[in-house]
Amino acid sequence: MTKPLKSLLLGSAALALTLSLGTAAMAQMTLNRGNLDDPESLDPHRTSTLAEANLMRDLFSGLVALDAGAKVIPDAAERWAVSEDGLTYTFTLRADGKWSDGTPVTADDFVYSWRRVVTPDTAAEYAFMLAPVVNAEAITAGKMAPDTLGIVALDAHTVQVTLNAPTPYFLQMLTHQSTYPVQRANVEALGNAFTKPGNLVSNGAYVLADFVPNDHITLAKNARFYAADTVAIDTVNYYPTADAAAAVKRFEAGELDINRDFPTEQTEDLSAKLGDQLRVGATLGTYYYGFKTDKAPWSNPKLRQAISMLIDRDFLAEKVWQDTMLPAYSFVPPGIAGYDAAALDYAEMSPLDREDAAVAILTELGYGPQNPLPMELRFNTSDNNTNTAVAVQEMLAPFGVQVSLVNADTKSHYAHLEAKGDFDIARAAWFADYSDPENFLSLCKSGTGNNYTQYSSPEYDGLLEQAAAETDPAVRMTLLGQAEAVGVARDLCVVPLMFYSYHNLVSDRVLGWQDNVMDVHPSRFLSLQ
Amino acid sequence: MLRYSLRRLATALPTLLAVITLSFFMMRIAPGGPFDQERALDPVIRANMEAAYHLDLPLWHQYLIYLGNLLRGDLGPSFTMPEFTVAELFAAGLPVSVQLGGWALVLALLIGGGLGIAAALRQNGWIDVAVVAVATAGSTIPTFVVAPVFQLVFGLSLMWLPVGGWQDGAARNMVGPVVCLMLPQLAVVARLMRGSMIEALRAHHIRTARAMGLSGWSVVGRHALRSAMLPVVSYAGPAAAALLTGSVVVETIFSVPGVGRYFVDAALNRDYTVVMGAVVVVAVFTIVFNLIVDLLYAIIDPRVRYA
Repeated sequence: MTKPLKSLLLGSAALALTLSLGTAAMAQMTLNRGNLDDPESLDPHRTSTLAEANLMRDLFSGLVALDAGAKVIPDAAERWAVSEDGLTYTFTLRADGKWSDGTPVTADDFVYSWRRVVTPDTAAEYAFMLAPVVNAEAITAGKMAPDTLGIVALDAHTVQVTLNAPTPYFLQMLTHQSTYPVQRANVEALGNAFTKPGNLVSNGAYVLADFVPNDHITLAKNARFYAADTVAIDTVNYYPTADAAAAVKRFEAGELDINRDFPTEQTEDLSAKLGDQLRVGATLGTYYYGFKTDKAPWSNPKLRQAISMLIDRDFLAEKVWQDTMLPAYSFVPPGIAGYDAAALDYAEMSPLDREDAAVAILTELGYGPQNPLPMELRFNTSDNNTNTAVAVQEMLAPFGVQVSLVNADTKSHYAHLEAKGDFDIARAAWFADYSDPENFLSLCKSGTGNNYTQYSSPEYDGLLEQAAAETDPAVRMTLLGQAEAVGVARDLCVVPLMFYSYHNLVSDRVLGWQDNVMDVHPSRFLSLQ
Repeated sequence: MLRYSLRRLATALPTLLAVITLSFFMMRIAPGGPFDQERALDPVIRANMEAAYHLDLPLWHQYLIYLGNLLRGDLGPSFTMPEFTVAELFAAGLPVSVQLGGWALVLALLIGGGLGIAAALRQNGWIDVAVVAVATAGSTIPTFVVAPVFQLVFGLSLMWLPVGGWQDGAARNMVGPVVCLMLPQLAVVARLMRGSMIEALRAHHIRTARAMGLSGWSVVGRHALRSAMLPVVSYAGPAAAALLTGSVVVETIFSVPGVGRYFVDAALNRDYTVVMGAVVVVAVFTIVFNLIVDLLYAIIDPRVRYA
């Protein structure tokens, strides 16, 4: 080989190497997400927490999905048709839908998966997400066979779903991970171990690469995802960040690009330091207290109203929660399209007028500093819950309402409420699974499991039933609004105190982030600069 | 000594059984269960979940099932992470905690011991004052203060070390957790060592050794150190059991995947099987390290003999 030729070859080899290294470096985009907690499960049918939902949205594609702005978009299904009566949904799956092992995503996968969700043996916590589907509840109760579920595969790419009643929020429900498909072969071959790294076959934008409990979960881009060419980030690391203060420091050091929490008491400092990397806004969650409405004297709605009036929600939101909560005068948070929440009457009244009105009621009922009213307030232990309870105690004390505080750890607290244990007033919260008022208002329906306050009103139940049967979306929303006016604004089946807000840390490096009420941010819509 | 060790381990078995039995039933006395949470479960779904974990059986039956599985080495699946068995969780986390705790223990003994000896030899000198001051500070400032300050200084300001994370046990990631685990132990060891060394130096046999003209180092190193070490060794046994089984504070703040957090989180989550696993691990560590301490006594102190 002549010398010039040799050097030319070497030179071009070096050039090629540099170029390939260069493109490799460019192509490798890694997003580090702080994700509150480790998932309890990576089986979409067994997940329930917010942290799990974030992972599931990256790993799996349901029939529909939420986009970067939390709007419903087609995902595994490319289109769908709804029958006149609102009872039959026909989904057409996209022809190019594939599992990460290369096999096509078929209608049978959805039929298998949905039957699996409602089968008692699966013990799926969110089986109720499919409750609108024909026979779902009877199957979960073990009274019918799973193959009687109202879902059939018309052909390899067409799924037909039959509902019990028109359910206007059904598509919203389908954005929940419990309705995502799992691959039948994968589950049947590996049993419970199908969710382990190396085993899990998924159909979303990412596949599971690694999971070390309490350390990290690594997702790698799924080359077989139907829209893989639009996915910018190659690797997503999810870190459990139980200690929010430590997570903030990791964020500042650049070790995390996103964290889904920060200590609210640091809001002011952090906002000065981090500017608009701090993202705070309303989300679909309500922090509330509930009176035990089937027990005297709390069975009297007037008394409930008087105490509700004396609680200064602005103080709680601004001072106790440092503006990371918003004062709430309705149970259903703002931000649900087409719905106007029915607010408490005194939402617009000045604090002094409210006090006067409350004192008038208390006096009428014979309570006051001379004849104090004892009230036991139960809550689950956390700094902010304690501070809130103490503030409420202080607000009520001057008017003769003597609040005693009882706190317990979360499990004990909710066990007590679920067992319909005795209390006067108790703290609870509700986060929407899907963006619809019904998701909140059904909490006050007679006899439902989450109706801790034991509120029961035929009028309220009737309005909800009417709304459930209504096919015109606008009329339905009006009926739901009337229900809220009766159950919440008039009867205080729950006492709304504050709306939750998301509080995220999002680095300037992250592009494509859109704040939204569902606080949903799939990695496939993000990129890094 | 081997027979003695075997006998000790054999007598430990009833202790272990008692610990397991007590923990099993005490855990169940606590109100609430693994499936109680902010939102109520549908009674049907709840029944399905409880059946899947045998929680629908009478308590004594559950206890017998647990013991039977335990004898076969099966600690069961976790309630909160059902796709992991308790054994898998501990297999992943325990090596991390043992590494961190091991380093912290060794460094605390070496540095703390050295400081204690130095302080004792120069009693009331500046070294002594400094060591006592450090020891007092070390044992009074809690880890949940030291650890975030450490992160701020070395992670955010100086940027010498990562703020948190494990990175498969990279040395850089271990410095912070090890230092924060070590400091309180170092303080205790230094105080113990100082006190017992001062006492040992006043003993008759030391005075005799000195009178016989042995060099200062030989007196301290060969004779005084032996008896001075005994209180430190007694302390190190239980301390080792505690350090090697992880620290919830350090692991949470530094985002380290050890087993320390299972002790707290599992109890709060009513993750019965993980709580029991943690109890078994700590009980075994404590029994083993107490045995090691007793055996070390025989080696260090010629007056102690085991037959």
